Amino acid sequence: MARIGVFVCHCGENISATVDCGKVAETIGNLKHVAYSTEYKYMCSDPGQTLIKDAIKEHNLTGVVVSACSPRMHEPTFRKACAEGGLNPFLCEMANLREHCSWVHEKNELTTEKAIDIVRTQVEKVKLNSALQPIKVPVTKTAMVIGGGIAGIQSALDIANTGHKVIMIERSPSIGGHMSQLSETFPTLDCSQCILTPRMVEVAQHPNITLYTYAEVESVEGFIGNFKVKVRKKAKSLDEKACTGCGLCTTKCPQKKIPNEFEQGMGMRPAIYVPFPQAVPNRPVIDRENCTYYIKGKCKICEIVCPTKAIRFDQPDEILELEIGAIVVATGFDIKHADFFPEYGHGRYKDIIDGLQFERLASASGPTAGVIKRPSDGEIPKNIVFIACAGSRDPAKGIAYCSKICCMYTAKHAMLYKHKVHEGKAHVFYMDIRSGGKNYDEFVRRAIEEDHVNYIRGRVSTVFERDGKLIVKGVDTLLGAQQVEIVADMVVLATAGVASSGAEDLAQKLHVSYDSHKFFAEAHPKLKPVETNTAGIFLAGACQNPKDIPDAVSQASGAAVKVAALFSQSELTREPLVAIVNRTSPPTYSTCVGCFMCQSVCPYQAIEREEFKARDGKVVKTVAKINEGLCQGCGTCVALCRSKSIDLLGYSNTQVYAEVVALLNEY
Amino acid sequence: MSDFEPKIVAFVCNWCTYAGADLTGTSRIKYASNVKIIRFPCTGRIDFMLLLKAFSNGADGIIVSGCHPNDCHYTSGNFHAKRRWIMFKELMDFMGIDMSRITFSWVSAAEGARWAEVVNTTVTRIRELGPYVSYKELVNKSVEEEVKNG
Ligand SMILES: Cc1cc2nc3c(=O)[nH]c(=O)nc-3n(C[C@H](O)[C@H](O)[C@H](O)COP(=O)(O)OP(=O)(O)OC[C@H]3O[C@@H](n4cnc5c(N)ncnc54)[C@H](O)[C@@H]3O)c2cc1C
Ligand code: SF4
Ligand code: SF4
Ligand code: FES
Repeated sequence: MARIGVFVCHCGENISATVDCGKVAETIGNLKHVAYSTEYKYMCSDPGQTLIKDAIKEHNLTGVVVSACSPRMHEPTFRKACAEGGLNPFLCEMANLREHCSWVHEKNELTTEKAIDIVRTQVEKVKLNSALQPIKVPVTKTAMVIGGGIAGIQSALDIANTGHKVIMIERSPSIGGHMSQLSETFPTLDCSQCILTPRMVEVAQHPNITLYTYAEVESVEGFIGNFKVKVRKKAKSLDEKACTGCGLCTTKCPQKKIPNEFEQGMGMRPAIYVPFPQAVPNRPVIDRENCTYYIKGKCKICEIVCPTKAIRFDQPDEILELEIGAIVVATGFDIKHADFFPEYGHGRYKDIIDGLQFERLASASGPTAGVIKRPSDGEIPKNIVFIACAGSRDPAKGIAYCSKICCMYTAKHAMLYKHKVHEGKAHVFYMDIRSGGKNYDEFVRRAIEEDHVNYIRGRVSTVFERDGKLIVKGVDTLLGAQQVEIVADMVVLATAGVASSGAEDLAQKLHVSYDSHKFFAEAHPKLKPVETNTAGIFLAGACQNPKDIPDAVSQASGAAVKVAALFSQSELTREPLVAIVNRTSPPTYSTCVGCFMCQSVCPYQAIEREEFKARDGKVVKTVAKINEGLCQGCGTCVALCRSKSIDLLGYSNTQVYAEVVALLNEY
Repeated sequence: MSDFEPKIVAFVCNWCTYAGADLTGTSRIKYASNVKIIRFPCTGRIDFMLLLKAFSNGADGIIVSGCHPNDCHYTSGNFHAKRRWIMFKELMDFMGIDMSRITFSWVSAAEGARWAEVVNTTVTRIRELGPYVSYKELVNKSVEEEVKNG
């Protein structure tokens, strides 16, 4: 026989001002199976909780209903109190008298009646609750970092330095990300390679880090502490152990006209190549799409010249199966390219370039050895125009957000140009200058005041060519929207930062959310900025939204701490509110008919197959079985199952039916 | 008819609409007290047989509400609910159930005011429709007993 205790809280006056708590407690006390019913001013206070604990023992309660605020607020508090009072915590339910009753209704009879109904409903439910034990799952203490830009590098190093193993997956042939392409970095103008390269080397040499480049995530299964990740290691056509990195092959490859990705297409590379001189690992890969041997079936010059016989034309892709406890996504961002800006002539005129191309021109190791030469004829531009917000903050272009980094790198570009071309003129068209950040505004002011960059507040309407010059037409809104026209030798567009290619695909493999721009979504915009909505998967860097290096690095360290905290326990406990498929005695085994419709709707792939065998080993029935480690308790399978074979603990069919009946009927 | 107080049940998901209704409370927005909420983890858990169960137990109106598309805590529960709802709706309509007694809506955890609005418009509509007595006539006795007993 159920013996339910009901505890009605006044919440100071928050509940009692509109609900007659005395009447609620009294009415409920007269119900069948209610062994004890009382009211108190503050149920969540220490004396309030003690009241519950004492009553559990004194009245030998088999269930508790705390009638107070929202369970989303205090369910953990009261479940804990019950456990301390010797009652299984899952035998405690809350009736929401505050948010759903006293705060939203006037003081009258009906409100008190509603309060009674709410409590009654929970009394009926709790009678059907069962004592549950928290689920314990082990933790594999190896982290995976996806993406080897500065954010991924920082996260990997931080995790590795706490003593845990890290596997880094980078899809390009080298780690380094966009930062390896940058010339100098705002706001200090220190050389990007100089501060990045040591970190890249540290990753390669760290005893706790295993690095896989030219590799991508193929599939992800499992759950926090227990992910199973398949990684495709694309064939590099190279025996990495045999290769010494001498580079002879790259100089002899006859195929030399492939646009160099690292130089943003402003240089050429061979089919067998190392993406840039400081690449980590410093070993070549064959780009099979452009290799003469793979296209025409003959060449093999690299194989012939290689002194250590390291080339492997028949190397297959390799699939690695890895056991991972936590994942950090650090796949970075991209920028919008040419075809996006027809009005600016981008893609039509050679001397209109984007920000990354400018970085390469300004870089000492770039295609022009750091001399600002325009692509068309190699001339040094005398007049240069920078257009900020190219695509960003432009809902008409589908990008309403601010890309955040462009104001700063545009100031940097104008400054670098002036440092290199003293007599040249630099103009910047901008909408607003957004330079929040330590020493950021000072940096922009320096560009304007010391380097005399001409800042024009207004948008550019078009750019076109006339007599070999680029004509930039725009308005100066500070001069009363006056038309301005600048005759330029070169134009640099600060194109919008966008999600990196393949982000959506990866997010789907990981089962994490992404926003309408395909950036990875954080679990909470303020309080959980590095978590995703999937436990055990964290975010670092520009894969979440465009951000600069200091922000990317801070977030990366934040993600590393979350991983370290997770790895500090050897077991995780979680709520046991999961689905179960019923079991009956042979020969039925279960009412499940094995249609496996449930498998197709489960968002977490939590539904497995269980086979029942006869004595002779023959399979007599295959039925569904829930993996309680994977199940998150959404209940979608429960509502779907046509033979009513699945139920959800905590929200069982009998429980919700009892709630409906209680709520609608007189007592 | 004017003093008719309809009985309305709301089946809501924990993560969006339940939380949204909590916000209505914290924002002290008042609404009609006729609606009583039953909490589910997700709209994906809502078995539409429950709607019949509610009608047969005397509900005059029903609200089903969860996260907006793409916002489901479990990523896709609400899509499955929606799909099932579309089929179930046809069936119920065919059976002669008065579909104007059911409100299907999305209310997020941030939409406290919207929850009050959903409740109030539903209550007003059901008040105008009057008690759902025709349901009883619709379902023959034996079927009703069966539904009532689960
Ligand atoms: C023109 C320009 C100038 C800039 N100048 C500055 C500056 O001066 N100062 C400053 O602070 N910031 C600057 N920034 C911003 C800076 O580039 C970023 O903050 C930084 O690169 C972000 O690092 P990240 O690791 O998050 O992303 P990324 O650098 O984009 O790195 C992501 C890495 O992940 C890899 N990857 C992507 N998808 C996958 C996948 N599916 N699987 C495996 N690997 C994957 C990529 O290959 C890449 O290596 C500039 C940006 C631009 C565009
Ligand atoms: S939907 Fe039901 S009957 Fe079908 S496999 Fe799943 S549990 Fe079994
Ligand atoms: S309750 Fe949800 S998560 Fe659990 S097995 Fe069913 S569909 Fe999957
Ligand atoms: S959690 Fe709200 S609809 Fe799925």
